[in-house]
Amino acid sequence: MSTKLKLDHLNIHFGANHAVKDTSMDIAENSVTAIIGPSGCGKSTVLRSINRMHDMTPAARVTGRIMLDDTDIYDRSVDPVAIRRRVGMVFQKPNPFPAMSIYDNVIAGYKLNGVLKRGDADEIVESSLKRVALWDEVKDRLRQSAVELSGGQQQRLCIARTVAVKPEVILMDEPASALDPISTLKIEELIEELKERYTIVIVTHNMQQAARVSDVTAFFYIGELIEMGETRKIFTNPEKKQTEDYITGRFG
Amino acid sequence: MEERLDTYAKKGNGDAIFRVITLLFAFSIIVILLIMTGEMVIESLPALRKFGWGFITGSDWDAVQGNFAALPYLYGSVVSSILAILLATPLSVGTALFITELAPHKVGTVTASLVELLAAIPSVIYGLWGILVMTPWLQSTVEPFLIKRFGFLPFFRGAPYGVSMLAAVFILMIMIIPIITSIAKEVLLAVPQSQKEAAVALGATRWEMIRIAVLPYGRSGILGAVILGLGRAIGETMAVTMVIGNTPQISLSLLSPAYTMPSVIANEFAETAGKLHASALMEIGLILLFVTLVINFLARLLLWSVTRRWKGGVA
Repeated sequence: MSTKLKLDHLNIHFGANHAVKDTSMDIAENSVTAIIGPSGCGKSTVLRSINRMHDMTPAARVTGRIMLDDTDIYDRSVDPVAIRRRVGMVFQKPNPFPAMSIYDNVIAGYKLNGVLKRGDADEIVESSLKRVALWDEVKDRLRQSAVELSGGQQQRLCIARTVAVKPEVILMDEPASALDPISTLKIEELIEELKERYTIVIVTHNMQQAARVSDVTAFFYIGELIEMGETRKIFTNPEKKQTEDYITGRFG
Repeated sequence: MEERLDTYAKKGNGDAIFRVITLLFAFSIIVILLIMTGEMVIESLPALRKFGWGFITGSDWDAVQGNFAALPYLYGSVVSSILAILLATPLSVGTALFITELAPHKVGTVTASLVELLAAIPSVIYGLWGILVMTPWLQSTVEPFLIKRFGFLPFFRGAPYGVSMLAAVFILMIMIIPIITSIAKEVLLAVPQSQKEAAVALGATRWEMIRIAVLPYGRSGILGAVILGLGRAIGETMAVTMVIGNTPQISLSLLSPAYTMPSVIANEFAETAGKLHASALMEIGLILLFVTLVINFLARLLLWSVTRRWKGGVA
């Protein structure tokens, strides 16, 4: 598999706080990479740097390079908006737009790319909702407000909204942590299917989840990448003692 | 055991007394409102009996002849307030967006406090500025221009007097901008970061983020801000009285002088020509009260219908 994302000596500061320290990692195309680690270890910070979400935080400073294929996404000539259309993101809490219908939520991001014909929109809504296995549950009430869905459905709607933009990479920031076990299971099954088309990076503090869904696992501790490797190896035979301590539950 | 029961009993008592006292306070406000309304109704009975519905459909206000009808005042109040709202809303929401979403933090803070300072200026000073600075400028520059370019519209016909409906609209607009801006600012600040991030992560530019995430989320609150501005505009007395020209007439032209309900009350209450005149003024006060209540009721109805759909609640 070829490398889709390459983090190269990435450093992230928030004011005086050095949140991510000299991190380099390669992420393969069409794989699921899990980032694990105790709270405050910088895992979400790394994730959010991959689609330049830190641009919204004035105090944040990112140095080093992140290569998306051949593009350095932090290069001066690069438009962050264009990057975010290639790198979508799903957040911890489902955040559909409450003033929009289910239909309009799915199409919201796609609409930003320009005018689109009614027929095309219908098609994109249907295929995106099918891809997240939500179509059968909502096809008869597409015009209803998105907030009438359950939490798990809302989260799948948010994934559909991300998928509709046709990104190459999907970042997931603890996408199931606010959901019940059954919804969590659905999201995990979904991740398995989505990786055929997309490169997925998922942050989770649920280690079983990381073990279930990911091909590669990266363990962070206090802003540093401690160890990264095949998920099976990380969970059965880690090289570093800190990794072993964490996955066996000795701290964190 | 006995002792403990005692303490409980004591505590219960204190709570009960406190509850009764606060209840009395809350109740007294309602009583004051009711007494005031009742007094106004009683005082305006002579005018109510004499003129009936004619009071709000007729245009003749003649203290010497004892004829009183208030339509020109009603018209002046409603038209000046609504036009002021139409002009002030985009300015205020734009300013609030600049402060919350676009300006660097320090610039935003300074702008916000300057806008709030505007709200602290006494209305008589607005009026003074209006009469000494704005109306001469309207008369010499703005109104001749409007007549020349847009004179074919009925709204810009007639001679440039300076003091006019237009002057009242402008002064009201300036006066309600601070209130709409500062409430809209609070509303926009309350839009959850997660909503903005959702839009940004979809590849929205800053303007697109505002359009699809910020404004829709805040629209009920912004509506509330606008309605509060309307309430303020319709009750504003001093500054309007100083620039509107105080002529009880209904004219489509914004360049003509007009009159409002608060203005006529303020101008005439001190020298009423008899009981009936006083009663007519009181009835205008009653109408003003009624209009304000209706505006507030409509606003709440509107807000309720907008927010109801989101009752599911979302982060």
